Amino acid sequence: MNPPGLQLTGIHKSFGDKQALQGISFEVSQGEIVALLGPSGCGKSTTLAIIAGLEAPDQGQVAWQGASLANTPPNQRGFGLMFQDLALFPHLNVAENIAFGLRMKNYSPANLKARLKEMLELVGLPGFEGRDVNTLSGGEQQRVALARSLAPSPRLLMLDEPLGALDRNLRERLVFELRQILTQMHQTAIYVTHDQEEAFTLADRVVVMNAGMIEQIGPPPEIYRQPASIFVAKFIGLTNILPAHARQIGDRTYLELPIGELPCDQKLDGPVTVLLHPQGVKVNGGTGSQVEGVVTSRSFRGNLCRATIEVNGITLEFDFFSHDHLPGIGEKVGLSFDPRLAFQVLRR
Amino acid sequence: MDQRLDRNRFTLKEKSGQRCSQRPPSTRMLLLWLAPVLFLILFYLYPLGSILSVGLSRSLGGAISTFRQAFASAYLWRVAGFTVWQATLSTALTLLLGLPGAFLLARYEFRGKGLVQVLASIPFVMPTLVVAAGFNALLGPRGWINLAAMSWFNLSAPPIHFVNTLTAILVAHVFYNLTIVLRMVGDFWSHLDPRISQAAQVLGANRWQTLWRITFPLLLPAIAAAALLVFIFDFTSFGVILVLGGPRYATLEVEIYYQTISLFNLPLAATLSLLQLGSTLGLTVLYTHLSRRLTRPLSLHPQRQTQRRLVSGRSRILATAFIMILLSLQITPLAALVARSFLRAGGDRRAASVIAPQFTLQYYRELSINQRAALFYAPPTTAMAVSLAYALSTVILALALGLPAAWALSREPQQSAPIVATANKLLDPLLMLPLGTSAVTLGLGFIIALGCPPLNLRASPVLVPLAHTLVAFPFVVRSLTPALRSIRPRLRQAAAVLGASPGQVIWYIDLPLVGRAVLVAAIFAFTISMGEFGATALIARPEYPTIPIMIYRFLSQPGALNYGQALALSTILMLVTAGGMLAIERFRIAEVGEF
Repeated sequence: MNPPGLQLTGIHKSFGDKQALQGISFEVSQGEIVALLGPSGCGKSTTLAIIAGLEAPDQGQVAWQGASLANTPPNQRGFGLMFQDLALFPHLNVAENIAFGLRMKNYSPANLKARLKEMLELVGLPGFEGRDVNTLSGGEQQRVALARSLAPSPRLLMLDEPLGALDRNLRERLVFELRQILTQMHQTAIYVTHDQEEAFTLADRVVVMNAGMIEQIGPPPEIYRQPASIFVAKFIGLTNILPAHARQIGDRTYLELPIGELPCDQKLDGPVTVLLHPQGVKVNGGTGSQVEGVVTSRSFRGNLCRATIEVNGITLEFDFFSHDHLPGIGEKVGLSFDPRLAFQVLRR
Repeated sequence: MDQRLDRNRFTLKEKSGQRCSQRPPSTRMLLLWLAPVLFLILFYLYPLGSILSVGLSRSLGGAISTFRQAFASAYLWRVAGFTVWQATLSTALTLLLGLPGAFLLARYEFRGKGLVQVLASIPFVMPTLVVAAGFNALLGPRGWINLAAMSWFNLSAPPIHFVNTLTAILVAHVFYNLTIVLRMVGDFWSHLDPRISQAAQVLGANRWQTLWRITFPLLLPAIAAAALLVFIFDFTSFGVILVLGGPRYATLEVEIYYQTISLFNLPLAATLSLLQLGSTLGLTVLYTHLSRRLTRPLSLHPQRQTQRRLVSGRSRILATAFIMILLSLQITPLAALVARSFLRAGGDRRAASVIAPQFTLQYYRELSINQRAALFYAPPTTAMAVSLAYALSTVILALALGLPAAWALSREPQQSAPIVATANKLLDPLLMLPLGTSAVTLGLGFIIALGCPPLNLRASPVLVPLAHTLVAFPFVVRSLTPALRSIRPRLRQAAAVLGASPGQVIWYIDLPLVGRAVLVAAIFAFTISMGEFGATALIARPEYPTIPIMIYRFLSQPGALNYGQALALSTILMLVTAGGMLAIERFRIAEVGEF
């Protein structure tokens, strides 16, 4: 287990009568990369501002290794923050931007130069020292901002949607590079994003936020396999959510769903909301299919193809690999549900 | 219209992400106001209060009668009416010429554009007396054009009567204030996102519809602010009207001067001042309100994104022709002034029929000689030393007072404690008041208030720099505040997170970004002080004249030598101020990043 690092306990913050954060608590161990995932306006950036000390929480505590940071101003927290709009200093060149934090820490000229060189190589910009930051491309500016926030070796680096402004290709490449750079430096980091792919690629653990509250915390596979709430399931793109009534018959649980009654391995009773998780559903499973449906539409998405299947008047969505046999529109398909994996009970 | 602009502003505010406020909103910001407010109370409000009390009470017939007398007088209404009339005409002409120019400079990139911008902005900083002398050298009875006409057509008297006409006043005012339109509207225009217009064109608007429905409404605050500023300057114009308009064209300002200096009728002067003050105050408050809309940090785009090249042949010819007209208006009077100061022309003797220009340095040599050897006639070199000393004192005073005020004003209301925000809101217009107060009124106030106890500065050498600081103060604050405000809060936050203490944030982020604005403000203060005439004319001690006072003395005396010396002195003053301007421009070009 990694040594403890940052702890947030019961953070509340409101702006005027708008509740921005309502009881945010989570921890980041040293060397860990945690992603804050959520839609825009859910309070991710405010959480970062509070951790950085740019905002004060109304309630709750920010602590590092158990010591409260309430009275530590931003410049003494030893944290780094990479802003969404990068906030490069327009009057300084690339080298001066990157060296800014080092200068604040009174690095000797020799050390400063060495660290600067190291950083430029790390982000792949050697030779850019004297360039005017206003003439750089978006990707280059992003790298300068990353180098600037990494240079003083912050004990915690926060990244606020740093790739938001870039196009998709560049973003996918940079996410991967970023993961490499951060793990290579054993950098403790919080990464804010609204893109679940970015969060899953980068983070050791993901904190899913919604409307100023935390919905779920867990490693990416856990978030994907066992989304805890309707919000989380929908946010990561799982849409087959149905109301159900659970009944115990003997030592088995049966779920009464609008599409039919299906056996389930979990011990449940009474009304529940259930996600039909694609990992436990087989379409056209041949023998043993429990439910029949009709394909009503298909949309091609590259490697995957999404088909909507109507069962008993209920519309479900499933992805197929495009190179497999694809059922045509109007075609009848059978669905079979793995009693262990197919049903995930969701919190409202 | 207003609504649309307001909404615009609102969304822009939101976008700039300023929800993140500073940690504890501190009331310490209030301390920044201490010196500026004290200064304004002592040297602005107190003198104005004295004018008020004199205007109301010192007359024999009691409080009301001065007003009644004054307002009953048709003469006074004629003066006030003419003041408004000439200011309106001047402003309209300035806009007519300035708006197309602003468009050209804002939207197109062409060779020599930098030079055009520099040349066009030179007149603005020129002291009124240099301008007056320049037009005199070009179109006056001894000016180039009359000399040429007299020699070509064998005339015995100058054929063109320019001096002492309304035309002279209007032309000089346009000459003077054109830069305001070019700069304020042009700058704003050049930073306007061209994609907004492109979006309109994609939606089916043609070029004129785009101009009328999109660009014009977006520019309106800039145009209105520029027009108001021009109007205020024309309304309170003094030197130009005194020298070029002559006795027939007295505006309020000139009338106050005559009543004070020649007739020593302080109560009437005070009454006139109140009238002047009331009308300009309203305009100034309006101007402050409008100019606030011009700072939109994130909506502005670096110029290189917004500018096109002139492509078609026709547009090139049109643009060239227009710029030629602009420049000939802006440059020829000053060129005539310089040339005339080095040449002894035939016209200096009335009867001469041939121009025989003869190079001479006589006018300059004579500057160090005290011709009259009289007590109150210091040689012009003394005036230069006096002017320099006053100007440097003004720079120091204006920056010392202007920086804290601009600093306080630049804080976003959300970032500061409510009391500080309220103070800012109330004090901002107060700072701009001197701008809406004519120089002559300020001088009059100093004479009445500071000439006797409890604050007797009549004989003190700080009196003139104090007045100059008052005149320069609004300019200093106005040029500093937008620069301070445009430093995005994010940059400060980024620096703080990187380990910069609040002091270091100021030193490494705010100061370098503000450095240019400080330099600009300092040069503004310097040139304003060097050229200030209105207030100085009333309060300067005769034995310590400034350069403009000296020029006025020379211009108002007959004789070729006096005329020549006036031009020589004007040329020197012009070069000093032009030098300052060039320094600003060079610094601007060297600056990295256009934010």
